[in-house]
Amino acid sequence: MMLVRLVVLLILLGTGALGFARADTVTVAAAANIKFAMEDIARQFEQSSGHKLRVSYGSSGNFASQIRHGAPFELFLSADEQYVNRLQEAGVVQNNGVIYAYGQLALVAAKSSPLMLDNEFEGLRQLLKTGELKRFALANPDLAPYGERARALLQQAGLWDAIKDKLVLGENVSQAAQFAISGSAQGGIVALSLAVAPQFRAKANYLAIPEDQHQPLAQRMVLTPKASSAAKAFYDYLQGDAARKVFADYGFSLPTKAHGAP
Amino acid sequence: MDWQSLWLSGKLALVTVLILLPLCVFAGRALAYHQFRGKSLVEALIMVPLVLPPTVVGYYLLVSFGSESWLGQWLRDSFGIELVFHFSGLVVASILVNIPFALQPIQRAFEAIPMDVRDAAACCGMSTGKILTRIELPMIWPGLVTALVLTFSHVLGEFGVVLMMGGNISGETKTISIAIYDSVQAFDFDSAGVMSLILLLFAISALALTTSLSRRMGGQHERQH
Repeated sequence: MMLVRLVVLLILLGTGALGFARADTVTVAAAANIKFAMEDIARQFEQSSGHKLRVSYGSSGNFASQIRHGAPFELFLSADEQYVNRLQEAGVVQNNGVIYAYGQLALVAAKSSPLMLDNEFEGLRQLLKTGELKRFALANPDLAPYGERARALLQQAGLWDAIKDKLVLGENVSQAAQFAISGSAQGGIVALSLAVAPQFRAKANYLAIPEDQHQPLAQRMVLTPKASSAAKAFYDYLQGDAARKVFADYGFSLPTKAHGAP
Repeated sequence: MDWQSLWLSGKLALVTVLILLPLCVFAGRALAYHQFRGKSLVEALIMVPLVLPPTVVGYYLLVSFGSESWLGQWLRDSFGIELVFHFSGLVVASILVNIPFALQPIQRAFEAIPMDVRDAAACCGMSTGKILTRIELPMIWPGLVTALVLTFSHVLGEFGVVLMMGGNISGETKTISIAIYDSVQAFDFDSAGVMSLILLLFAISALALTTSLSRRMGGQHERQH
């Protein structure tokens, strides 16, 4: 049985695992928090350009580490700047890319949750006092930028020490959002871009946290040396008006045009 | 190097083994000695976790024990048991996933006990309990150890289930495989390397142990008592 697993593994490794990209298919790695916006943008781009996109969603940290080890991605859309900068330092991407959007945070709770949503976290404070708050979801603050900003917010509000032991951590902000509205947790702080999606609103309420309450979440994207001309076309498209409109619809603020463009 | 996670994984493996092995001794004995209709179906069902992706197990545990399901609500309201995001949930998951790893070697060991040995013991008027403790357990111990080692090492490697229903809580649900995953994401390859090496060495020793034991099992018939 062990042997069977080993053989399968060797076969997988032998076939180069995943790299069967067709010539005009662009392989993209995107942070989980832009999933819903990205799906809309990708559809529009495929229709207008005739190119095909293959987008993987996950945690920026995981993708950064895969790209560093030669994963076949042509374009990487990170949830922050740090991962792109690190890749550049490691010399595995072409330049330090460009900021494509500024993310925002949202306080969320399942519709069945007793948590009241307000900007001063009064509802959260109450629930902690009464002991009704059993679990509260964030993305992992040590790995995910959205988690790190959420931690800073809770620290500012003086709630961090009280809530620390109640936290459940998603390995990326998308999983944190799923935890937050699972009913097993009473709420969470996640990316606004996920909270505004219809799939999410069907199950939960959200409140956008004003941008001036936290450090901006600048999201950077970068091309890898594997980028085809189609990948470059998509990189440009993401900075164009059509894509910017979709990002804005999903609650992102936008960089001024051609900000930090290569 | 995250010692807390290693300890948590060890604790999870230990609790799983302590609950699962006694159950499998009785189940394995029953399956080895009795023929009944539908036995092959039961045996096939027991093997399901072997071929089922761990994420599937994680998914079903999430939907069946989460706070939104009637079962989850009932467990919480009646007994205060919450499984999702708790250590107890990981124990339940580990037990389910490891049934075939624990049951198979034990069942085979019972099957290897010659009929005339059991008949002789029964003729001497030994009770079933006595036969079990005096004769059967000493004879099946290599199978027991194999079951223990397989289950223990398998729990250490659990990832999909834990990732889906654990919530990555230090000291509660952050196991060693999750800690390795986090280290890699944080570009901390030194920690990931140390933790992986520990698991690798453990896996190799566990495999060496079970291989030598299964040889002993194979040679049991020829040994004179």
